[in-house]
Amino acid sequence: MDAQLSISKLTLAFGAVRALDGVSLDVAPGSIHAIIGPNGAGKTSLLNCISRVYQPSNGAMRFEGHDLSRVARHNLVRTGIARTFQNIALFKAMSVLDNVLIGQHSRMGLHPLPGASGLGRRLLDAAGAAVEPLASCLYFGPIRAREAAHRAEVEDVLEFLELQQVRRRPVGELAYGMQKRVDLARALAARPRLLLLDEPMAGMNAGEKEEMVRFIRETNRERGVTTVLIEHDMGVVMGLSEQITVLDFGRKIMTGTPAEVRVNPRVIEAYLGEDVTRVQEEEAAAGVSATESGAEFLTAFEAVPSAEERE
Amino acid sequence: MIVTRTGQFKKSYAADAAIQRTNLQRIAFWGFVVAMFVLVPRVLSTVWINNVNQVLIAVVGVTGLNILLGYTGQISIGHGAFAGVGAFTMAVLNNRWHVPMLVGLPIGAAMAALLGLAVGIPSLRVKGLYLAVATLASQEILSWFFEHMEWLTKQKTSSVDVRAAWLHIPGILNHKFKTDTDLFYLFGVIAVVTVLATENLMRSRIGRAFVAIRDREIAAEIAGVNAFSYKLLAFTISAFIAGIAGGMQALLFSRAQITPSQFDINLSINWLAMNIIGGLGSVPGAIYGATFLVLLPIELRNWITSFRGSYRWLADHYSQIQDVLFGLIIIGFLIFEPDGLNAIWLRIRRFFTHWPFAA
Repeated sequence: MDAQLSISKLTLAFGAVRALDGVSLDVAPGSIHAIIGPNGAGKTSLLNCISRVYQPSNGAMRFEGHDLSRVARHNLVRTGIARTFQNIALFKAMSVLDNVLIGQHSRMGLHPLPGASGLGRRLLDAAGAAVEPLASCLYFGPIRAREAAHRAEVEDVLEFLELQQVRRRPVGELAYGMQKRVDLARALAARPRLLLLDEPMAGMNAGEKEEMVRFIRETNRERGVTTVLIEHDMGVVMGLSEQITVLDFGRKIMTGTPAEVRVNPRVIEAYLGEDVTRVQEEEAAAGVSATESGAEFLTAFEAVPSAEERE
Repeated sequence: MIVTRTGQFKKSYAADAAIQRTNLQRIAFWGFVVAMFVLVPRVLSTVWINNVNQVLIAVVGVTGLNILLGYTGQISIGHGAFAGVGAFTMAVLNNRWHVPMLVGLPIGAAMAALLGLAVGIPSLRVKGLYLAVATLASQEILSWFFEHMEWLTKQKTSSVDVRAAWLHIPGILNHKFKTDTDLFYLFGVIAVVTVLATENLMRSRIGRAFVAIRDREIAAEIAGVNAFSYKLLAFTISAFIAGIAGGMQALLFSRAQITPSQFDINLSINWLAMNIIGGLGSVPGAIYGATFLVLLPIELRNWITSFRGSYRWLADHYSQIQDVLFGLIIIGFLIFEPDGLNAIWLRIRRFFTHWPFAA
């Protein structure tokens, strides 16, 4: 099947440091695609390139035929891509409601005579944008109706993510797991066809993680949203994703199904270091264990059935 | 039915987005407005009506600044100059081409808006302190321009004589705004319209985009907000309202002259202080801040000069004492109540809505 998102030989350099070095990646429409790798592997850099936070130094990114490197950051949503953030970049002072409404921003412009097309359409849109400030100050008919209609849409998203209870609360006051959910709500309000999730479960407890997994899976299945996610919890990654891409030091190690990733020696190497046994012996001698997280990673690999195994 | 917020349920999304969310708030707001229009001219002395007029000018100016600083998070130390552009445009049009003052007022505001747009362009690249310096530079350049525009005013100095404001529609209306009471009615209408228009703007798509840029610019852009055009829009709207405040200032002095020194950096800093003390990012806050900082020096002067007999020294050094007190108040607010007078008011209100169940 043709890829919906296609990245080829992407390189991002900060001076001499190459955060990404010739990474290529294809994401099939409707799939859940995870990106994993040790800290500093370039996962977030990759997401930041796709979402136009960084301009890559080299390589190509295509989404449904659009060349993403030519898309301005604020037009990303119009292209069909939305994202969440690792460190929750919500609008702290605004209510949950207003945060989610911002997700609908680009769909809320004034477009007089929706039927028109071509040059007339562009002139009408320009006229709509020109009168919008004054019309908003008066808050008359069309503006009032538009606000109410979009409020109704927001309520759908709030219901889906079970956020109705807190809709009027400023997001800064909410618990961490709740804020992560508002971040997802804001992204979903944009009605994306591709959703980029940067560690959606970081810092959550088991219950919160379980809920988030459910939301991600429902978003993918019921709304048909292609999902690219970065996640450190291997249990979640193995259970959720159809394809996994492993990055290390800015380079791609492999892309494959969870079953393939699990047995790939280079992946295990990337997580555990070059000579596992030698390091472990040295550690045993010194009485410390830096490879503990690596061991946990392996356990998770073996314990969790992958998506295709379940089905 | 008058009820408080507790236990009141909305039946439509439009009602849920209202500015005054309960009937009590609605009655209180409009009751206050009507009471002011009825009582101020009848109860207060001429001196106090003049004070109220100055408050109304500051309310409009600070509301304008608040859109930029409080809501969009872009600092400007050039709003005094924008006000000056509004005032001088209106006064020169009136003085040289006999354009009625009330026609000149929106023209002056539009001129200020154009300059605001131009001054806002650096905000694409520079932020925070650097933007403050850039706007400060524009304040100084415009101040210099005001000092050297005899060629424009066609008078010996840069000051412009202004005649009484009048609204002349042939055959229908020919009204001169001569007295402080006349101006009070005019200013009152302008202030109420400005405040309500700002509230409306801030509860719509544009206002949300402003606040999003203030809170998280990159996240706002990824959510689809074109940060640069919205910053320019904030500068433009904000300067437009500052231009109106400048025009009001010119009308207030319409029996004398307006001079460049009325629109120097002091005005910019005063509005900034009013915005901070009232509470950034809140329309009522702008009103509280403007009222507080306009009336405080006036009351302070009355109080200090009453010591003329016994504490001569105090009365002699009045202006220095005022500066020191001003500085102390601003520092005090920044440390103890960064959200300003509005936060104090909200706390008082919360106490009474929850009383006696919680304090």
